[in-house]
Amino acid sequence: MSGMFVHNLRLGAFSLRRNPLLTALMIMSIGFGVAASMVTYAVFRAVSGDPIPQKSSQLFVPQIDNRGPQYNRQGEPPDALNYTDAVALMRAHRAPHQTLLFQVGMSVMPDDAHKMPFKALGYATTVDFFSMFDVPFQYGGSWSAEQDEAREPVVVISRALNQKLFGGENSVGRRMTLDDRQYRIVGVTENWDPKPRFFDMFSGNAYARPSQVYIPFNYAVDQKIDTYGNNNCGSDGKRGDNWDSWLRGECVWISAWVELNTADQVQAYRQYLDGYAQDQRNSGRFNWAPNNRLRDVHAWLEHEHAVPPESRISLSLALGFLVICLVNTVGLLLAKFMRRAPEIGVRRALGASRADIYRQFLAEAAMVGLAGGALGLLLTGLGMFGVGMVFEPQIAMLAHLDLSLVFLTLLLAVTATVLAAFYPTWRAAQVQPAWQLKSN
Amino acid sequence: MQIKPILSALRRHKAGTFLIAMQIALTLAIVCNALFIIEQRLAHLSEPSGVDEANIFVVQNEWVGSSTAEQADAKIREDLRVLRELPGVQDATPSNSYPLRGGGWDDAVKLKPDQLQDSSGATIYFADDHFLDTLGLKLAAGRNFRAEEITPMNVRDRLGPPVVMVTKALADKLFPGEDAVGRTLYLIGGPSTIVGVVDLLQAQSVDRWASAFAYRSVIVPKRLAISLGAFYIVRARPGQLQAAMRAAPTALFQHNPRRIINEDDGVLSFAEVRARAYERDRGMAILMGVICVVLLAITAAGIVGLTSFWVGQRRRQIGVRRALGATRQDILQYFLTENLLISCGGALVGTVLAVAINLWLVTRFEMHRLSLMYVLGGVVILLLLGQGAVLAPAMRASRVPPVEATRSV
Repeated sequence: MSGMFVHNLRLGAFSLRRNPLLTALMIMSIGFGVAASMVTYAVFRAVSGDPIPQKSSQLFVPQIDNRGPQYNRQGEPPDALNYTDAVALMRAHRAPHQTLLFQVGMSVMPDDAHKMPFKALGYATTVDFFSMFDVPFQYGGSWSAEQDEAREPVVVISRALNQKLFGGENSVGRRMTLDDRQYRIVGVTENWDPKPRFFDMFSGNAYARPSQVYIPFNYAVDQKIDTYGNNNCGSDGKRGDNWDSWLRGECVWISAWVELNTADQVQAYRQYLDGYAQDQRNSGRFNWAPNNRLRDVHAWLEHEHAVPPESRISLSLALGFLVICLVNTVGLLLAKFMRRAPEIGVRRALGASRADIYRQFLAEAAMVGLAGGALGLLLTGLGMFGVGMVFEPQIAMLAHLDLSLVFLTLLLAVTATVLAAFYPTWRAAQVQPAWQLKSN
Repeated sequence: MQIKPILSALRRHKAGTFLIAMQIALTLAIVCNALFIIEQRLAHLSEPSGVDEANIFVVQNEWVGSSTAEQADAKIREDLRVLRELPGVQDATPSNSYPLRGGGWDDAVKLKPDQLQDSSGATIYFADDHFLDTLGLKLAAGRNFRAEEITPMNVRDRLGPPVVMVTKALADKLFPGEDAVGRTLYLIGGPSTIVGVVDLLQAQSVDRWASAFAYRSVIVPKRLAISLGAFYIVRARPGQLQAAMRAAPTALFQHNPRRIINEDDGVLSFAEVRARAYERDRGMAILMGVICVVLLAITAAGIVGLTSFWVGQRRRQIGVRRALGATRQDILQYFLTENLLISCGGALVGTVLAVAINLWLVTRFEMHRLSLMYVLGGVVILLLLGQGAVLAPAMRASRVPPVEATRSV
């Protein structure tokens, strides 16, 4: 059987050499079609991936409508919480784990006076952040709940920042200066940068550079460290004109996350949110019915349009392109196979069965597919260089050619070509031995 | 040219005919939509900014450590003096943002203090009396700010300056057909009198979400005196942009080293700002262009391949026709007409497909409706492409000698 297979491949290779123009056209057609699909797919895969697959169905974003139907956007509550609601959810502690966060940008003063100060971006957050999002640590760990409550100036830094400041050695226990304040380092994270950064979609940081520092939420608020990210005040919010009234105001600027492990917990949390909003209504702060949301990571990314529409449009059009290339290949294979009707007639007359003809021609198509896949791989490789011209650098950076993509490219090329070859092969197998012999 | 024999010949090649027609239909559908996307994106990225782009650059200055509003304001004024004294610099102005920056402070504009719904959204630009000159803006009406009107503003201060300037787009929205100068608008902090109307100035965001208030801006006489820092917009003297871009951060650091100007993107020429703002649009246009060209090439190649096959198959019939008196011209005509018939069939199906794909894009991605001009343009392109592709095999067919009729295949 394998001998027959090799024989078929040999026949195929011979026949492909006989019609170099048609063969070249088919290979190009498949190569371009596959490459266009693969390049756009690589980008799509990069931006549509699950940033935290092990937990994406247990992490939820609570949203509370503090605007009311008159000012909210098409009935949707804002994408973040104001300080009042954020702290209330935190205090209520109704989920097994919950965290608050807002972006901070602080200047780092290196001890070496010859080095220039630079900006380090990161988050003011609460202790559960690290366990909820599975942040890996290189040295030390997160601060404790007690340290958070006691407003201690502690900091967790990233591996990259630790490398820059301390040459990569264990810096736990050492001090560093951020914006004129001294902090004690309690942990150094491993390189950790989920893409898209699902937990801070609100500040448009989906594809931003990795964060470098994390400081305790309560300490940051105590020190009046302002958000470096977005705030959204709507058109009528009470905004506040100093720090305290800002905290009491209705501008939203804090992202909240809760971890809920069972459907019952999710249900209970929804009820809690509605109860909370109802309390606010009763106390006169809201004069509208509770309008809350509790989205998990997938629903949240969908809501925030994490996948750029450009990526979807280009993937769709590239798939259309592949279909056209396949239609083209069907036509060319048909021409190629039917040109050999006399040869098929002879083979059939000499005793070859229809199945033999099928095997021979499908093997030939598979070879075309393989060659097309090789060309497609080459073009995909070239296309990856071009991705930077088409998508923003932050997104282009994420797309890469890896082993699974190489495999997928070849598989797509061969499968598509063999599928395309079924009709021409069926036609070839219909050739009547007697008729062809007679006509000759 | 009789159509009937062609049709009856095509009936004997159903599969080939169908495949070519299908390919033309699909190609038409995709090329129309791709061309339409290209046109939309190019139109978007060629919207004018209204500023003197060739000579402008922006410095993002962030202070190290915290400072009071007074201290920050004093530092900004010193920086401006340093910048304006540079030989290659024509003028400089501090702001919270700049056109095409990508985001920033957008806020509601109302005409009455107790109004529930906004009259419009608008970009908020902080400006001093050098703003117009630095950006190269033209006043359509009224006057510029006076130096004494500019006041510092801290992060939590309420925005409600006594005087403001607005862009003409905002003036037309708020007071259609009337003179806006002297009228009052309300920002979050209270009433402001419009003293000047700027002819054309693009918003800080050109994304789709901001398109509702594109070109509508309120220019307020404020310096952003916060410890975070601010943007310095600098206009270089003609031809000295590169030199001024190098000189500016050096001079600033020399004057006061306690600052951060990011090495990667702390100093950006307006050309770079524009490139960043329209990255996606340019990228889509390039991608769609590449897809169109390759697609048309592949479709042409497919037509050449299949027609060559048909010509090869029909050498004997062609010989018979030639022997019976058909001229070379007749044979050429035959294949061209045959292709035209198939292409027209494909174009018909393709038009329906093109509209269907467009409708899908409209519902899925909030795109615009495809204009019929693109479908017509696409049909013409594909018909010409088909005729061009079929020419070479048809020429070969026309050279088949009459004697072929006597040979067996």
